[in-house]
Amino acid sequence: MTRPLPAMTGLTAQFYEWCSRGELRFQRCSRCATFRHVPRDLCAECGSFDWEWARSSGNGTVFTYTIVARALHPGFADAVPYAAAVIELAEGVRILGNIVDCPPGELRIGMPVRVDFERQSDAVTLPVFRRALTT
Amino acid sequence: MNTLMDAACIVGIGQTAVCRKPGSGLSQMALQLKAVAAALEDAGLTARDIDGIMPFPNLGRAEAFAASLGCENLRFAATLNLGGAAPVAALRVAAMAVATGSANHVLVPGGWNGYSGARTREIAATDSESIPGAAIARDYYLPYGLSAPPQWYALMAQRHMQEYGTRSEQLGAVAIAMRRHAQLNPDALMHGKPMTMDDYLDSPMISAPYRLLDCCLETDGAAAFIVTSTERARDLRGRAVSIMGAASGQPYPADDIFNRKDFHRIGLTTAAPEAFAMAGVTPAEVDFAQIYDCFTFEVIQQIEEAGFCRRGEGGAFVENGGIELGGRLPVNTHGGLLSQAHLLGLGHVVEAVRQLRGEAGERQVKNAQIGVVTGWGDFGDGSIAILCRGEQR
Ligand SMILES: [Zn+2]
Repeated sequence: MTRPLPAMTGLTAQFYEWCSRGELRFQRCSRCATFRHVPRDLCAECGSFDWEWARSSGNGTVFTYTIVARALHPGFADAVPYAAAVIELAEGVRILGNIVDCPPGELRIGMPVRVDFERQSDAVTLPVFRRALTT
Repeated sequence: MNTLMDAACIVGIGQTAVCRKPGSGLSQMALQLKAVAAALEDAGLTARDIDGIMPFPNLGRAEAFAASLGCENLRFAATLNLGGAAPVAALRVAAMAVATGSANHVLVPGGWNGYSGARTREIAATDSESIPGAAIARDYYLPYGLSAPPQWYALMAQRHMQEYGTRSEQLGAVAIAMRRHAQLNPDALMHGKPMTMDDYLDSPMISAPYRLLDCCLETDGAAAFIVTSTERARDLRGRAVSIMGAASGQPYPADDIFNRKDFHRIGLTTAAPEAFAMAGVTPAEVDFAQIYDCFTFEVIQQIEEAGFCRRGEGGAFVENGGIELGGRLPVNTHGGLLSQAHLLGLGHVVEAVRQLRGEAGERQVKNAQIGVVTGWGDFGDGSIAILCRGEQR
């Protein structure tokens, strides 16, 4: 069974289309400059509907993680064990992603990581993270 | 704000036998109706008396319950989309309904073929509308390999372990406490199957830090309870348990686990102080707590956020028998979701009532006067009720 992929509609399609171009971008409020993720229609900080897709530095740290040892979805049966981590980016937003170059035993909260991209299909590229020397 | 205090009572409880193999052999509706029949019998009510029904999400419509039972005058029906927090949240809404006269007797049923029917993880993997976060989980969690509750919650547990030094052995202490209580409950699936710390630590990793024995059971079974006004409860068979306080709440944002400014804030963080204030008691006055134990860390987190100890102290709280019978706060005296059965949180309500009636047999908490029951659902939604012996107040 193939891996499940995001539904390419609405703001989610826009988010992943930037990933296909090799850019991690988040919504940034045009009024108060607050970054947000997951995509939403207005800024919960100031109520503004105005925003733009602003490019992330791609640098962050591991906020928390799990090592999935038993696949609970058939699409990941061949992938275990794999690391799914919450990355806190320099812009302040947190995003879930897979750490692709770190043995599970070496993964630590606080570890600096940097975004990369992995093409999954003609339509979808996912952000992934690799260890960084510094943030 | 105290209008709900002591306005309503639980007057009937019912529960079916629980099993894994070969399965209940009943439809999920029939299974629930068996528990309802037991609750009606317990209360001394007939189905004609039920004029309010609050079904568990996705497990049957109020109309179907009413038509099957013969509730000809259904005036109040609602389902709360709070996952496993729904039954205790329904307890509170049922209390609101009977306190305002919107209904006389509200039935809260719940049950499923959680083992022999569609398994939770299969549903979560294929039906994004059925899972918390819906499109958010589908588009931002599932593609990265997170499809089921132990994986989402593992991320919460891991961060807590990092910040507060919570250890695997402390998660294990929760699993062992529930298992010990199940040895005193002949109706528990894990009755006769004790567990040691070595058993716990040797169990296979599912989604670190969660091992197999951190995870609740998947079982077939159902339970139900009936809420009525304190005034009407006096005319019934008695043994009513009074609802001193109740509240529910959500983390913020509730639909995305990861972008919470306070990562450890859950629904109970705001609900518990509200419920205790309504009840006019403090956590220190509570004789036992039935805490929704979908996974071990969730017990530690709810103990902290409910105010039984400070945040970060929950790991130490559960060690050395702290949550076992005879400890400072006996938790899940029936064995809980971890060792009795997964009755969607209704089993916790049923057990709380049994304890406050003094009907818990070998596992009875001596002189139990005040008990707490919590619910946990979705990405940390929470509910809590503070109950007391009816006739003692
Ligand atoms: Zn703004």
